[in-house]
Amino acid sequence: MSEATVDAGPDDPRKAGKFVYIAAVVLLCAWVLVPLYFLLINTLSSPEAVNAFPKRFVPEFDLGSLTFFAGFEGMLVALKNSILVAAITMVMSITIGAPAGYALSRFDFKGKGLFRLLILLTRAFPLPLLALPLAVMFIRTGLDDTVFGLALVHTTLAIPFAVLITFSLFSGIPIELEEAAWTLGCTRLTAFTKVVFPLILPGITASAIFAFVISWNEVFAAAVLTIENRTLTAFLLQNLDTSPLHLKFAGGFILVVPALIFIFAVRKYLFAMWGIANR
Amino acid sequence: MRIKAKMAGVASGAALLVAASVAQADVLFWSTQAKPVEEAQSMRENVLAGHGDAVDYQPNDGGPWLTRLNAELQAGDGTIGVLGALHGDFSAMNPDDLVDLSDMGVGSASETFNNLAMLGTDSAQYIPWMQASYIMAANKKALEHLPEGADIDALTYDQLIEWSANVMEATGEAKFGFPAGPKGLKHRFFQGYLYPSYTDGVVRTFASDAAVTAWETFLELWAVTNPGSTNFSFLQEQLLSEEVWIAFDHTSRLANAFNERPDDFVAFPAPAGPTGRGFMPVIAGVGIPRTAPDMEASKALVAYMLSPETQIATLRATNFFPVVDVALPDDLPPAVQAAGGAVAKMSASPDANPGLLPAGLGAKGGDFNRVFVDTFERIVLAGQPIRAVLDDQKVALAEIMNETGAPCWAPDAPSDGACPVE
Amino acid sequence: MNPRILPYVLILPVTLFLCLFFLYPFVLVSKQAFSTGAGFTLENFQDVTSHWKFPISFKNTLLLAAAVVPVQLALALLMATMVNGMGRGRDLVLYVWTIPLGISDLAAGIIWLAIFEQSGFLNSMLSGLGVIDKPVSFLSYQHPGVVFLAIALAEIWRATAIMLVILVAGIGLIPKEYYEAAEVFGASPWKRFWRITLPLLRPSLQTALVLRVILAFEIFAVVAALGGTLFPVLMGETYAYQFELLNGGAAAAIALIILAISIGFTLLILRILRVPKGASI
Repeated sequence: MSEATVDAGPDDPRKAGKFVYIAAVVLLCAWVLVPLYFLLINTLSSPEAVNAFPKRFVPEFDLGSLTFFAGFEGMLVALKNSILVAAITMVMSITIGAPAGYALSRFDFKGKGLFRLLILLTRAFPLPLLALPLAVMFIRTGLDDTVFGLALVHTTLAIPFAVLITFSLFSGIPIELEEAAWTLGCTRLTAFTKVVFPLILPGITASAIFAFVISWNEVFAAAVLTIENRTLTAFLLQNLDTSPLHLKFAGGFILVVPALIFIFAVRKYLFAMWGIANR
Repeated sequence: MRIKAKMAGVASGAALLVAASVAQADVLFWSTQAKPVEEAQSMRENVLAGHGDAVDYQPNDGGPWLTRLNAELQAGDGTIGVLGALHGDFSAMNPDDLVDLSDMGVGSASETFNNLAMLGTDSAQYIPWMQASYIMAANKKALEHLPEGADIDALTYDQLIEWSANVMEATGEAKFGFPAGPKGLKHRFFQGYLYPSYTDGVVRTFASDAAVTAWETFLELWAVTNPGSTNFSFLQEQLLSEEVWIAFDHTSRLANAFNERPDDFVAFPAPAGPTGRGFMPVIAGVGIPRTAPDMEASKALVAYMLSPETQIATLRATNFFPVVDVALPDDLPPAVQAAGGAVAKMSASPDANPGLLPAGLGAKGGDFNRVFVDTFERIVLAGQPIRAVLDDQKVALAEIMNETGAPCWAPDAPSDGACPVE
Repeated sequence: MNPRILPYVLILPVTLFLCLFFLYPFVLVSKQAFSTGAGFTLENFQDVTSHWKFPISFKNTLLLAAAVVPVQLALALLMATMVNGMGRGRDLVLYVWTIPLGISDLAAGIIWLAIFEQSGFLNSMLSGLGVIDKPVSFLSYQHPGVVFLAIALAEIWRATAIMLVILVAGIGLIPKEYYEAAEVFGASPWKRFWRITLPLLRPSLQTALVLRVILAFEIFAVVAALGGTLFPVLMGETYAYQFELLNGGAAAAIALIILAISIGFTLLILRILRVPKGASI
C-alpha cells in the first residue's frame, strides 16, 4: 500500500501539483486544529486573560480552571458512567444495527421502504420532546437512573448511523464475492464471517465511533434519566453556557478530550481498510 | 476476538451497575437556580453540607428540570425530594402537584412574597427561599462621561441615553449592554422597568400612547447599545471584557464582575421615567412535589433552607438575598455589598415604583413573557412600526389575560376579574 | 435459512428496539400535535405557522442547510480523495480531520464564539495585524451576513467529519483494479474521479448526504451560541414552545413539520442517488 504514495515525477507541472496538494493538506489540518488551539489557550488561561483584549496567542499555562473541575466531587464516578454508557451504546447499536444494514443491502423484501423510513425518522425527531414519555416509561419499569437504561436511549440515537453506514458498506462489497464463497463450500454464515466481515470491519469502526461520540456528547436524556448515576456531561457540563467564561472553556475542553482520545485509540481499525481494499 | 472480550466485559459491567444502583437515602434537591458550576459547587460545599442529612444538589436547565419533574408526577413515583425554582416555574405547575406547606410554620418576612407563594390557593404551595433584583452596573471609566448634573443614584432614562451617547462619542463604540441574548432576561426589563417607569402599568397600559413613548425611548437607548447585545445573556462577561461599560442585568448575573475586580465597577439603581423608578423583585422558592420519596426528610431540608445561617450561606454562594429577617455580616463578598447597596437605594428612592411579578398566569407565564420578547424583536430588531406592533401584540396579551382570568397586579390598578388590556 | 424469511429475521431486532424506544414515545408525542384537548384538530399547526417568527426561522433553517451541506459535501469528497492518494502521514492527517467528530455542538458553539466575539481571537488577530484599530462587533444585527457566515463556518468545521468518515470508508471499498485500468487507458485523475470514484461511491454518498441533511435541519446549539436571538431556526422554536411556553402540542407540531421536510429531502436524495439492487458494481 505504500506504493499509493503520491508519485511526483521529474517534470515541473507535477512538482507544482504536489506542492499545491501538500499546501492543501496543511491548510485543511490547520482549519481543524486552529479553533481547537484557541480552546486550549483559553482553557489554560487565568480568568483575567480569558476576558482580556487583545487575546494572547500562546497559553500562559494557568491551571486554575482545570483544577476547579478536578476538585469536583464525584467526577471520576461520572466519568466511569459516561464511558460505560458509551461502550454499551457502541456494542448494542452495532450488534442490533449491522444485521439490518446487511438485510437492506442484500435483499429485496416487502416493507423495505417503510423500514428505511422508520430508521431515518428516528434521527429526524428531537429527543427532548420524546424524553417525557420515555422517562415515565423508565420510572415505571425500573430502568430509570441506570446506566443501562440511558444506554438504551443512546442506542436509539446511534442506530440510524449503524444501520445506514453498514448498509452502504455492504452495498459496496460485490455480492459475487459472497457467491464465490458459497460455491467454495461456505454456508451463508461462514461466507459472511470469513469474507464479508473482515472487509467491513473498518466501517464498523466508523459506526462505533459515531455511537461513542453520540453517547458521550448527549446531554438532555442524560440529565433527565440519571440522578445518582450521572454521566460526566450531565453531571458537570450541562450548565456550561451559564458558567463564567473561563470555566466554560475549561469545561468544553474536558468534554472534548476523551472523545479525541477515543478516536485516536480506534483509528487503526479505521485505517486498516486500505490494506484490504488495495488487495 | 478482542471485540468479543470487550463485549463480555461491558455486559457484565452493565449488569453489576444495574444491580448496584439501589436507591440511596440522600434527599434530591432539584433546582433551576444556582446553575453555574461555581455556584452549584458552593451550594454543595458551603450551604448544604451543614444540613444533618446528605443532600444531592442537582441544578438543571429548565428543559430537563421540567421534563424529569413531569415524568415523576405522571409516573406517580419519584426521587426528587425538594424543588428549587423561580416563582414563575412554580406558578406554571398544578398546585395539586405540590405538597401543602402551610403547617410548617416557616416563611418569608414579606407578606407579599408569602401570598405569591400560595399560587392563588389559600395555602402555601412553596416557601419563598431567596430574592434578587435587576440593577445597573458601570465600569468606573464611564463615570467621567456622566451628563452634567446627573446623579448616578437617581438617573433618568434620558440621562442614561445621554450618558451612553457620551461614552460612544468618546470611545467610538456603543458601550451600553443589554441582556438581549437567547438566555438573557430582557423581558423582565420591559415588564418590571420600562413599562412601570413610563406607563405606570404593564398589562392595562400595554398599547397606550405612553407605551409608544416608552418604546421610542428604548429605541434611542438601543442606538447607543452595543450591537452585540443580541448575544449577551450574562452582562458580567462583557463588563469584564470591557466590551460594555454600562449594563443592566440580574444581580447574580453581574456578580462575577464585582467579585473579580471590585475596584473597577460601581452598582447603582435602575433609571426613572415619567411615572417613577420601576423595578422588580426576583423570587425563588423551595417546594416539595407530591411524589417526594421521604416527606419528612424533604420538609426538614426546606426548613433548613429558611434558617438564618443557611440564608446567609446561600447569599454568599448564589448572590441571592435572604427572604427572612436576618442581620447581614460585614464580610460579604464585594458583589453582594454592591448589589445590596444598589437595591436598597432603588427601593428607598422617593420615586420608586415597584412592579410585582406576574401572578395568576399559571402555565401561560411563558406566553406572557413571549409577548414582550416578540414586541422587542419586532420593534427593535425587525424595525417594524411601534403602533402597529403594539396593536397586534395587544391581541395576544388580551387573550392570555382572558384565558387565565388573572387580575391586575401592581403597578396596574386593581381589576375585577381578568386584567383588561386597554 | 429460508432466504424469504432471512431479511425479516435480520431487521427484527432493530424494529423491535425502535418500536419500543422511538415509535411508542413518538406516537404519544405526535398525538399531542393533533389535539388541543378535544378531538382531532389542526389548530396547533395553524398556531405555529401563523406566528410571525415562523417564516423567518423556516427560511433560515433551509438557507443554512442549503449553504452548508453542499460545501461540506465538496470538502468531504476532496478530503477523502486526498487521503486516499496519500502515503506517509495518512494516519495522522485522517485522524486530525476526523477530530471534529468528537466535538459536541455545545462545545463547538463555545469555541467559535471565542473566535468571533468582540474581544475574541479574530479581532485580536486583525488588530494585531493592524487591519482594524478597534475591535469590530461581528455578531451584531448590523452584520447579518457575518452572523450567517460565522454560523455556516462553525457548522462546516464541526460536521464535515461525519461525511468524511463515511466517504473514506466507502472509497476504501472501491477495487483498485478500476483505477489501474483507467490509468492504462490514460484517464486523467479528474476523469478517474468523475467516472470511477463518484459512481461507485453512490451508496456512501447517499448515506452521508441523508444523515447530514437530516441533522442540518435540527441545528440549534451552534446557532444559539453565535446568532443569539438574531437568527431564529425551527429547532429553537420547538424548544421555546416546549420549555418556555409549556405548549407541548405546538412543539410537537413544529417538530412534525421539521420531520416532514426531512422526509421530503431524504426521499429526494434517495431518488437522485439511487443504488441499484444488490451490488452496485
